[in-house]
Amino acid sequence: MRMLALISLMLATPVFAQGSGPTPALANRQLPDPAQEAAATKLMHSLRCIQCQGQSIADSDAHMAGTMRAEVRQQIAAGQKPEAIRRWMIARYGEWVSFEPDMKGAGLLLWLTPLLVLIAGIWLARGLFRRGA
Amino acid sequence: MNRPWLLWIPLAVVALIGGLAIYGLAVPKDEQVHSAMIGQKLPAFSLPAAAAGVEGLASGDMVDGKPRLLNIFASWCLPCKAEAPYLEALKKAGVEIDAIAIRDRPEDVAAFLSEFGNPFRRIGSDSEMAVQLKLGSSGVPETYVIGGDGTILYQHIGDIRAEHVPMLIEKVNAAK
Repeated sequence: MRMLALISLMLATPVFAQGSGPTPALANRQLPDPAQEAAATKLMHSLRCIQCQGQSIADSDAHMAGTMRAEVRQQIAAGQKPEAIRRWMIARYGEWVSFEPDMKGAGLLLWLTPLLVLIAGIWLARGLFRRGA
Repeated sequence: MNRPWLLWIPLAVVALIGGLAIYGLAVPKDEQVHSAMIGQKLPAFSLPAAAAGVEGLASGDMVDGKPRLLNIFASWCLPCKAEAPYLEALKKAGVEIDAIAIRDRPEDVAAFLSEFGNPFRRIGSDSEMAVQLKLGSSGVPETYVIGGDGTILYQHIGDIRAEHVPMLIEKVNAAK
């Protein structure tokens, strides 16, 4: 049994995490309305695939990404707003699932850091110019 | 230079970045994606039976006042085979277990059950992973502790090993 567990552990890579079931139709089929499809695609590029982690669901071939694409297209087709769908995903998988972090908490720091660095740079440069004058 | 302390700022910045790098190396990385559904009610779903001779699973089936485990598995998933004896042990300890088979075919599920045993009361088939998405589940196997009122209390990611059995029994008993 221990041996089986060990072997299973060694083989427990996403390569094997596939399965035999059907792929949801909307995973790889575009919506008939181009405007809706554009909105869905835009959102898909900013949602992270749960299975492959580094890729967006638009770029990933993982089944989980296919399921997530189908969910996005279904909700868009049902008239749901993209930001509402993003919140739907975040409600299930946490902030992690979105490539566009909210402007609050650690996310706020992320958004504001470039601005703070720019201000610090201007302040430093100003000092240097004054000295040169 | 009328403000000599300014000279220390670059060193402080480098020390901060170096400190972050050391911290990043020292703290083990948690690559699991935890469900954000803990503490919330089960999403509404109704799944057909995953194999001949078993009953399908609807969210309402798990709201009968009795806490239980919900196992997310698949016949094609190797760690699911490794955890089969521990699910059996949990069943023997009196824990009721429902299951959802992910992206599976009835004949494959039936073969899996006949080879590794069937500790499940009901097995729903989530062939398109839609319910898995609703649960905030990120893979197979996963095991949820579900309260008697249908609240998701705990998520165990990965296969159940010997050391997890007492902990899961404890969590189910605590929910009674």
